[in-house]
Amino acid sequence: MDEHAFVLERQHFRHLLAALQERGYQTIGPTVREGAIVYDVIESDTDLPVGWGDIQDEGSYQLMQRAEAALFGYTLSPQSWKRFLHPPDVRLWQAHRTDGTFSITPAADEIPRCAFIGVRACELHAIAILDRVFLDGAFVDPIYQRRRAHTFIVAVNCGQASGTCFCASMQTGPAVDSGFDLALTEVIDAERHYFVVNVGTEGGAEVLNALPHREASAEEIAAAAQIVAATAEQMGRSLETANLKATLYNRSEDPLWDEVAERCLTCGNCTLVCPTCFCTTVTDVTDLSGAVAERRRQWDSCFTMEFSYIHGGSVRYTPKARYRQWMTHKLASWIDQFGVSGCVGCGRCITWCPVGIDITDMARRLQTADQPLGEAR
Amino acid sequence: MLDPMLPEIFQITRVVKETYDTFTLEMRPSAQRHTFPFEAGQFNMLYVYGVGEIPISISGDPGHTERLTHTTRTVGTVTKAMQALRAGDTLGVRGPFGTAWPVDTARTHDVVLVAGGIGLAPLRPALYQILNRRDEYGKIVLLYGTRSPEDILFRKELEQWRARFDLEIHVTVDYAGDVWHGNVGVVTRLIPKAPFDPAHTVAMICGPEVMMRFAAAELLKRGLSADCIYVSMERNMKCAVGFCGHCQFGPVFVCRDGPVFPFARVQPWINRWEI
Repeated sequence: MDEHAFVLERQHFRHLLAALQERGYQTIGPTVREGAIVYDVIESDTDLPVGWGDIQDEGSYQLMQRAEAALFGYTLSPQSWKRFLHPPDVRLWQAHRTDGTFSITPAADEIPRCAFIGVRACELHAIAILDRVFLDGAFVDPIYQRRRAHTFIVAVNCGQASGTCFCASMQTGPAVDSGFDLALTEVIDAERHYFVVNVGTEGGAEVLNALPHREASAEEIAAAAQIVAATAEQMGRSLETANLKATLYNRSEDPLWDEVAERCLTCGNCTLVCPTCFCTTVTDVTDLSGAVAERRRQWDSCFTMEFSYIHGGSVRYTPKARYRQWMTHKLASWIDQFGVSGCVGCGRCITWCPVGIDITDMARRLQTADQPLGEAR
Repeated sequence: MLDPMLPEIFQITRVVKETYDTFTLEMRPSAQRHTFPFEAGQFNMLYVYGVGEIPISISGDPGHTERLTHTTRTVGTVTKAMQALRAGDTLGVRGPFGTAWPVDTARTHDVVLVAGGIGLAPLRPALYQILNRRDEYGKIVLLYGTRSPEDILFRKELEQWRARFDLEIHVTVDYAGDVWHGNVGVVTRLIPKAPFDPAHTVAMICGPEVMMRFAAAELLKRGLSADCIYVSMERNMKCAVGFCGHCQFGPVFVCRDGPVFPFARVQPWINRWEI
């Protein structure tokens, strides 16, 4: 943790939201809805999940009341920030038919300036991965680029890990290290409730200066560091990443894929909740008169048959091929494509799999199978 | 290209019916650009108003940038709608995208082109380029396999090329019918007897995946190295710029890293199921 840190008292937290709103940001953060903590527009600190936590395990998610009134006492929302930067459904352009031909106009939808409140370390890494996909290649996605450029990020260090967390294995958390404007650590002890604040950008410093705050003491900084260190010890899952790419490539025809396919429903939940899964499809539609057509881009999943369809049929027609594609892409081919793993260890795919398939368990079994003869199997 | 997802409007100048289920569209580039430079092997995304968009390889001569030529088979909704288009109609075009046939690196070498069915269309631009600078190459061999004599694509051009003494063409069909006196059987059978020097040859293969696999195997058997064999891969594509994820083939994106690959690059994957 940065030695130069500040303290924002709990009672002043609402000023942070107000300061961002005054600067034209729509504040988006965690809020309780339909039995889950989701990321949506929040107006004030009363919209936050005050006193709520979550219990997550394979195929299971439950809210629970915490003893103390923490604002960020939960681990992760089912939905990631992906939906705000890479929308699930977006218009690419409109076409108008006139005199036997047509013209195309790019979508001029207004893009809100968003401030994300409560971004976890693993989620910052997920955003950095999406940056590589949409901004760092030969082509740039203008939709992602415009949304990303307008984003203010308030990161919050995790005070607890869930049963499906494995960011420590992926080296993406639990400590927030970069990619934020402001980073908070929520500290609650017998007498006090406050946030230790680290500044990541000039924009972050400017916002902090508008709030009642003071320099943090060495004890306060140590208390915040202690919280994150304790979280690192609570990881519910782990994943050995050494040689994992080679294992997945070597074991592409392992019988274990048949086993997992017997359970996999190919529902695509894992791809929807994954903070880095970026695949999309396009839909071309016309109005009833045929005078106006448009193309929309929508999230897609490699678990559908249509995903790999070419004339004559789908390339990946069995569930095992589709599960293998997803897992191999996430943990192996992603590294070849973008220089990093596509997994940040957030554990959402484990929590939200309706049959509780666990990517870390599958990896472990493939790794065991990949041991040279003579070693433990 | 400012927004790679935004089509430009091209006007069709000519429609040629090639066979009962294949056709060629010639287009004039959009008013903004006048010419359409591209490399042999590259593809475009073609959009039919209100129907949809599909990837199709360019089949014209890269030396003629004043027009854009595509040849395709009528197989799905978009190609059916495309087949109904006439001169004067317009199409949306995005491109050109992807990697090219190694026409330059093949210079001083013998060149073997192996085409299966509509796979002849993406190879034609390479053949045009090679024939334009014929003296820079060694032997040129085109091996072309198709379903039946009625399916033979670019028939007139094939006859003209066949009349040349500096180009060897062998055509084979799966089903001969009554009037065919040529080769019958899969195109890979033509490879063992084809006249080229395996130590100094570049091969370019385009056709169904299974045909490319067996053709590459035959060429390897003749002694070509996997680095001197090139294939053009096909996968579902929605964006052509590496964003939609549909065209992944193992570690590569076919749109971005292909469609033309040295065989060595796809060899580890092409024999595995459902990649």
